[in-house]
Amino acid sequence: MKARNFRYVRPASLQQAYRILEEGGGDAVPLAGGQSLLAGLNMRLSAPKLLVDIGELRELGGQSHAGGVVRLGALTRHRELLESELTRTRLPLLARAAEHIGHAAIRNRGTLGGSLAYADPAAELPACCVALGATLVLGSNAGERRVRAEDFFKGLFETDLKPGELILAVEFPERAAEETIGFGELARRHGDFALVGLAAVATLVRDRIERARLVYFGCVERAALARAVSAAVAGSSLPLTDQAALAAAIRTDLSPNDTPGLRADTKLHLATVLTRRVVNAFAARAAA
Amino acid sequence: MKAVDALGEAEIEIEVTINGRTVRRRVKARQHLADFLRQELELTGTHLGCEHGVCGACTVLIDGRTARGCLTLAAQVSGRTVETIEGLAESGRLEELQREFIARNAAQCGFCSSGMLLTAYELVARGRKPSRAEIRQYLSGNMCRCTGYHAIVDAVEAVAARQAEGERP
Repeated sequence: MKARNFRYVRPASLQQAYRILEEGGGDAVPLAGGQSLLAGLNMRLSAPKLLVDIGELRELGGQSHAGGVVRLGALTRHRELLESELTRTRLPLLARAAEHIGHAAIRNRGTLGGSLAYADPAAELPACCVALGATLVLGSNAGERRVRAEDFFKGLFETDLKPGELILAVEFPERAAEETIGFGELARRHGDFALVGLAAVATLVRDRIERARLVYFGCVERAALARAVSAAVAGSSLPLTDQAALAAAIRTDLSPNDTPGLRADTKLHLATVLTRRVVNAFAARAAA
Repeated sequence: MKAVDALGEAEIEIEVTINGRTVRRRVKARQHLADFLRQELELTGTHLGCEHGVCGACTVLIDGRTARGCLTLAAQVSGRTVETIEGLAESGRLEELQREFIARNAAQCGFCSSGMLLTAYELVARGRKPSRAEIRQYLSGNMCRCTGYHAIVDAVEAVAARQAEGERP
């Protein structure tokens, strides 16, 4: 289908973008890569009156690494997560996740900030940001503020962004040497929306998990730390043996709904399989 | 709060390089790039299937990289370089892939072929030989409803292998 009519503006500066977004209020929506937004508009899932194209704003680009923090500009493309030396070495979880985001043509256009702002519960990057303990840098006419990824995702397609506010960048704490990452997702076709996905960060001492941060996507309403599962695997030696405890923890953290073609209990089963797979793969990484 | 009418335009003047030619047009804000190419410029080699980013029939190159024509507004490409199946085919850069597609009957009804060829072009241009699994993964965003994937993968594999051979010192 075709999108409904809307107006378009490409502000020349960040300050101008803030002003337009503030004056436009709820009628104005920022457009970056547009890989989710424009699909939604074509399907007429939403009908904003004004698109504010922030895709060329220099202030939202760039990547840097200083003082124990890796900072990625909001306009960092998924392809860059996959290919850049900085993300491959310092943020391998993002590079792993990016392989699963859409397809090559989508990754060439889609942006980190766009994915976080859209807050699709099936998206990879919100879950990764929560697992990595990232902080979002938000900006508006009122100035800048920082919000932890854990506090940013409020619900289904809902975030802490106020009208007139933009994501400027995401800051990731540098990971400790003993930290390892895990990632997996189950989808019907590579690059399709995840039925169940998992982003994980863990600290291992030999084959024993000291601490872990696990975040699911695809089978949840929002990207949030899976507290029960993270606690259940902490202290375990690999490979995991207590399957009952794991399944119980998954049922504490996840309460998926039936959706066409996939029942809730199937999703819970898939989540259990995927968790075992991702967590047990920590051991292989720790040994390597 | 100002009315959005005063903040943005319903029609935008764009200037874009398409297949090496500078094009200047007024476009509707909501017109996506694939419709712009097909309806305004009569470049109908870019196809439209699902129109929400799933099927890949509308694949074009923006600044040399594949993109969905249906998930990009014409207004967004102002100042950029766009190449379509017509431009790439005429330049001869697709010749080897096209030849191989024909030889292996990798174009059946042909609807997906322009998108397949452009995506394959991007993959092959990397210059190293991809595995069959990598080819399948790279083409996963392009649907062929004749389900002729096997022949398409064969064709891409053959071209990629030859090019990787040729570039070996």
